[in-house]
Amino acid sequence: MRRHSLQHDSEGRLHHLLTIEGLKRQQIVDILDTAESFISVGDRQVRKVPLLRGKTVVNLFFEASTRTLTTFELAAKRLSADVLKININTSATVKGESLLDMLHNLEAMQCDMFVVRHADSGAAHLIARHVAPHVSVINAGDGSHAHPTQALLDMFTIRRWKGEFAPLTVAIVGDIKHSRVARSLIHALTTLGVSALRVVAPKTLIPAAVESLGVHVVHDLDAGLRGADVVIMLRLQKERMQGAMLPSEAEYFSTYGLTEEKLALAKPDAIVMHPGPINRGVEIASSVADGAQSVILEQVSNGIAVRMAVMSMTLGRAPAEGEGA
Amino acid sequence: MPEPVTEQDDIEQLIRQMADDLRSRLEAARVRDALMVGIHTGGLWVAERLHTLLGLEQALGELDISFYRDDFSRIGMNPQVRPSRLPVSVAERHIVLVDDILHTGRTIRAAMNELFDYGRPAAITLAVLGERSGRELPIQADVVGRHFDLGEHEHVKLSGPEPLQLSIVEAP
Repeated sequence: MRRHSLQHDSEGRLHHLLTIEGLKRQQIVDILDTAESFISVGDRQVRKVPLLRGKTVVNLFFEASTRTLTTFELAAKRLSADVLKININTSATVKGESLLDMLHNLEAMQCDMFVVRHADSGAAHLIARHVAPHVSVINAGDGSHAHPTQALLDMFTIRRWKGEFAPLTVAIVGDIKHSRVARSLIHALTTLGVSALRVVAPKTLIPAAVESLGVHVVHDLDAGLRGADVVIMLRLQKERMQGAMLPSEAEYFSTYGLTEEKLALAKPDAIVMHPGPINRGVEIASSVADGAQSVILEQVSNGIAVRMAVMSMTLGRAPAEGEGA
Repeated sequence: MPEPVTEQDDIEQLIRQMADDLRSRLEAARVRDALMVGIHTGGLWVAERLHTLLGLEQALGELDISFYRDDFSRIGMNPQVRPSRLPVSVAERHIVLVDDILHTGRTIRAAMNELFDYGRPAAITLAVLGERSGRELPIQADVVGRHFDLGEHEHVKLSGPEPLQLSIVEAP
């Protein structure tokens, strides 16, 4: 079987979703369009469609998550799939069973999709390389590498508010270095062709050579926010930080925290986004997080429709030649 | 190019007859606030014309049945799925479901399944511009514009929206 990339099948259709990197613009647009159709499903008396009846989705979360796990589970249920959650802490991995042995056992139980979150970068790729051909893998966040469905739901939210991507100035503010969301966002926004993409952070929280991805690095928050249409705040990943990259949370807030006063530098109709969970008073003031320009809770609801789109598009492929159905 | 089997005037005439038929049916059943729903894409073109001719009060609804197809696991996701939009609740309402061509009946089954996920309609009347042989499910239309006798490998297709035209094409 020839594959153009690990996440595409031989006919170029999405088989796994591991990273935004390598997705064509049209593929992203197709996912957003499909998600748009799933939004109306949430408004009906029966919030379910029968697309994935008889399919089994396994949530493999090796790392704590509430929002992502819950919205993946809701998305699978609204597609009529059966959903399993493997609690990794109590499962066989602690008894010494290897990850791949566990996967093959789940495959033997006729599971069709693994949704994987793991603290190590590349975990979802590793799993995708070893699953049976009919199984799809969705990366729900791996280390500081990628979180593609978060980026897609952010693109969906931006498109609903702003329409076109081309004229937009987008500022991503905060801990770029440790953020898998930031990496996926940068790939998505550059693929969709925004006119200006700024990453705003202190030098210690900017990864090396990030400019090569097509972003402008800005160290001054005021300059980063000025004239922005979209402001995406990132969570300060306290648990991922080693050593003294920052003086203190209070000082971080005074230099890089988004307050109403700072937000006034952006366009008057700018939207404020945050992938959650929020550190109130660290990267964002409560009055902004709960304010009129915040679309943070909308991101969460949009996450269900976007995940429904990704799940139905990866599982709902006609089997390619030489591939078992 | 396939040979058109109807002229523009013929189609408009067929739709006028359908509208007359529907009007008398709705009057006989004392239906006042029927909700007309067109199935994407051809059914919606026919429904738009019927909706204008009947002067219905309720806005037109549209249904994309991609999420309800029974061949999803064989052919996969339709990449051009559009949102379904129903302007009012279907619960306890009389629905006029409109499609272009009634063939196997599978599209109508999917459409009815989707409608029921919006609520429990009082009744559903099915109106189609054309019907042909080849039913695979026990589904019949109440209002039919024209019946087609087709060979095994022939299909009738509606193109549009301006002008609407029915053509018979050879399937491979």
